[in-house]
Amino acid sequence: MTWDLVANVLIAGLLTGMVYGLMALGLSVIFGVVRVVNFAHGEMMTIAMYAAVILFVGFRLDPFLAVLPVAAAFFVFGYWLQKGLINPFITRPEHSQFMLLVAVAIIMVNVLLMVFGPDARNLQVDYQLESFEIGRLLVDKARVYAAGVALLTAGALFGFFRFTLTGKAIRACADNHLGALVVGLNVKHLYALTFGIGSACVAVAGCMMVLLVDVTPNLGPAYTLLAFITVIVGGMGSMPGAIVGGILIGMSEALAGLLISPSAKSMFSFGLLILVLLLRPQGLLGKKP
Amino acid sequence: MNRRALVSLLILGVALLLLPLFANSYLLSVATLILFFAFAGQAWNVMMGFCGQLSLGHSLYVGVGAYVAAGLFVHLGIGPWAGVWLAVALCVALGCTIGFLAFRFGISGVYFALLTIAFAEFTRIGFDHLQWTGGPGGLFLKVAQRDTIDIANFRGPPAMYYYAILALAAGALALCSWLLKSRAGFYWQAIRENEEAAQALGINTFRWKMLAVAISSAMTAVAGVFYAFYYNNLFPEQIFHISRSIEIILGPIIGGVGTLFGPILGAVVLTVLADGITELLAAVGVEVPGIKQVFYGIVLLMVIMFLPNGIWPTLARKLGLVHAEGGK
Amino acid sequence: MANHTDSPSGHDMRRRNLVKAVGAGAALAGFPAIVRAQSTKLKVGVILPRSGVQGLIGQSCQIGADIAPALIKDMLGVDIELMNADWETNVDVARTRAERLIQEGAHVLVGPFDSGAASAIAQVAEQKGVPFVINIAAAPPITEQGYKFVFRNFPTAIDLTVNGLALIGDLFRATNVAPRSAVFMHVNDTFGQAMNRGIGATLPRLTQLPFKIVDTISYDPAAKDLSVEVSKAKASKADFLLLVCRLNDAIILRREIVKQRWNIMGMISPGSPGIYEDQFQKALGKLSENCISNNPWYNPKTAMTAAVIKQMAKQFPKEKLHSHGANVSYTFESILIAADAFKRARTTNPKELADAIRQTNLTDRVSLGGPIKFNAKGQVEGNLSAALINKDGRPQVMLPASAAETKPVFPWPDYKA
Repeated sequence: MTWDLVANVLIAGLLTGMVYGLMALGLSVIFGVVRVVNFAHGEMMTIAMYAAVILFVGFRLDPFLAVLPVAAAFFVFGYWLQKGLINPFITRPEHSQFMLLVAVAIIMVNVLLMVFGPDARNLQVDYQLESFEIGRLLVDKARVYAAGVALLTAGALFGFFRFTLTGKAIRACADNHLGALVVGLNVKHLYALTFGIGSACVAVAGCMMVLLVDVTPNLGPAYTLLAFITVIVGGMGSMPGAIVGGILIGMSEALAGLLISPSAKSMFSFGLLILVLLLRPQGLLGKKP
Repeated sequence: MNRRALVSLLILGVALLLLPLFANSYLLSVATLILFFAFAGQAWNVMMGFCGQLSLGHSLYVGVGAYVAAGLFVHLGIGPWAGVWLAVALCVALGCTIGFLAFRFGISGVYFALLTIAFAEFTRIGFDHLQWTGGPGGLFLKVAQRDTIDIANFRGPPAMYYYAILALAAGALALCSWLLKSRAGFYWQAIRENEEAAQALGINTFRWKMLAVAISSAMTAVAGVFYAFYYNNLFPEQIFHISRSIEIILGPIIGGVGTLFGPILGAVVLTVLADGITELLAAVGVEVPGIKQVFYGIVLLMVIMFLPNGIWPTLARKLGLVHAEGGK
Repeated sequence: MANHTDSPSGHDMRRRNLVKAVGAGAALAGFPAIVRAQSTKLKVGVILPRSGVQGLIGQSCQIGADIAPALIKDMLGVDIELMNADWETNVDVARTRAERLIQEGAHVLVGPFDSGAASAIAQVAEQKGVPFVINIAAAPPITEQGYKFVFRNFPTAIDLTVNGLALIGDLFRATNVAPRSAVFMHVNDTFGQAMNRGIGATLPRLTQLPFKIVDTISYDPAAKDLSVEVSKAKASKADFLLLVCRLNDAIILRREIVKQRWNIMGMISPGSPGIYEDQFQKALGKLSENCISNNPWYNPKTAMTAAVIKQMAKQFPKEKLHSHGANVSYTFESILIAADAFKRARTTNPKELADAIRQTNLTDRVSLGGPIKFNAKGQVEGNLSAALINKDGRPQVMLPASAAETKPVFPWPDYKA
């Protein structure tokens, strides 16, 4: 095994991991505040991927520009979803929430199937197949850009929750639901806002993912699961945690693929998940619940 | 339960016993499927409904149970009557390991649910690489001759499988109703409603939770053995898949978590619903792939929104099967 | 039963079943003529995965079924009625749909493009004594279980690899190149595993092949990212890529080869979906050109293929046969087999139908291969593959020469030795 093979694989793992992180941000935001696990997460991202493809095919809009309208639309959608559908469920038991979102996911997947048919859709931009060449290393351009967007999004979210008034209010809701009600915060509105923000993150992730994989209606469940693992490993509700969790999973998968067998590599992400759950259930960067 | 309920149950039991005499084979296979999910749903209900531990990875026990019994049968010629014990033992050991780790490390709620998914998925990929069971290529059992009954190897016509799963489902019902009235049942409900309070009262919550996990995984393992011998072919992708876990738990949730009849009613409602929508769409002449599942999803959504405790509690009250104040 | 428009009412159905029962009784009593007079129409239950993960392929196969009634009426003068069912890529559903179709009076079942579903349906068919003609499913055990009513007109994984590897040898001879090494990548699912075993068993015996496999890499069918896999393959320094894939992973892999600037002679599938599929060409555009796959395929030169193309133009003006390849040709043929048996047996009695299917000997056909004849296990043995190359946005036959649409090309034109 040569040095540049290992280096190439590690860099690929790092970048893929950051994309995983981007994908998991939305889930993390929503769970961290609303305490509802969005089992329709992957399905929502699939919808965003379709939106990006439509905008590209219809208006020649590059996915990096498509991020803005798609995220805005998803914000509204998420806000409405929380306020109209999910809000009554936040005090209900977990299996009830689970059921609700599984039903939503089933509907989403199959409406996509009815509208777009079963074929994979994709878009082709000129930088999609190019790589940066650094010495003997080859680094995939699309992944580098997507990783950059992941960092930007995580940073923006971090800043929002840390420094803005609304962000602080949302954190207050997350820390102490009752207390937030007592001091007169409009918790219902803030929850919906959070769900909207989380959904917008999902939209950003979808627009980036479409550069890397073709979209089919059935992509959702696998990504939901992957996002869960990432978020748990990194720590539910922590923005840097999502990115770190993603990187850890991306790297361990890459190494497992290289050293053991690629077909068994996702076993390692589940193994990692089990270890983290047992040893540090709040996740690497999560706060103690 | 009042007299009216007992009489209804008796009539239902007799009807089910006589079903193979007048039902055609399609109905019989649908009934077998319903009873399978009713049985597996009851198993899950012991853990979640009675004791409040949310498992989203029950496909693990179905799969391991099925593979153990089928593997012994295919490779060593050991019939299911012996195999089922090993399957149960292994699944209980697995369940207790997961339970031990989770409860000792204080993992509960969503985190516990995700831990169960992780174990199921981990095992699925593991079985994809296990050559003894054929890996992803699948494990095939020699198929039953339809006219001879070979009880020793559990091979026979569809009616035999129907009666077997009917007996299992009925046995599970009896077991659950006994459990609910036993000491364990009361402790479980205390833990489900408020674990800290239960602990404060001196209940050893760890021990009782482990008991629930053990019983639930044992029952699910039996369901897996049945599955293996009924379907005769096993693929890790199908049997360990998370969608299999979801199928198992939809019934009890729709029917009524923690109730005795909820899992059974849920299995009936969901299977009839799925086939009913297919028939209905065919009758109207709609041919759009995916539309069936959309309707299915909408019905699930409606039930969970308007009947958060499931269909059974409301239905039972409407039919006068329970006294108005008796919740369960 | 799902979707045929002239669905008989329940009452009607019961009456027909009654007629059938009486007819069967009459047959036993020695009045076969009565039965034959009753059976003017063969009901074919078509079970395909038209939704779910395999929805795309199921819908593709459905075209082969939908064109069958009109074509077969023309060819054989036999009336058939399709009863379509969707098994939703869920094996439990496959089983109950099969039961349902038989209940509703299907005389023969056809489908299901999947080995798992095929095993489930086979058991139902066997229990009910209704013939089941498998259109596509490669797992060898299906016809090794001693079934009496299960027939398969599709190569097993073993046949697929033997045919596919032999064609690779032919290709190298035709283009006069001799690559010395290959890296073998395969998807680790039911199909990929069966192919892997097939290749492991047959390759050592094919001594005329000039190359050795230097590394075997199995990957997850659900993989969304194959960069590590390709890095590993590239590091093996093999001359070409031998690939058993599905569709989405094949697309990702082809892109990754470009991104990692992996200079290989080409990628060849010894027999798997993916490379020849329409979606592969649409998604990859120019990059799909010159990728090779050896697959069961229609013979573009036969009269029956011309008839199929004509019928498709009539019923599905937007669809081309080359976009659906073996999906259409083998699905159509499975219905043809049933109809031909029906014509000879002149009855819908399932037992006699099954016996007639066993006697099948169809030399005129759509797919490449010898005559359709079933062996004692219910398996057709002479099915062949074509070496297909993607050219001008569609797969074209290079080999066998008798069916060729274009000249063999290997290695890739931009390969630098």
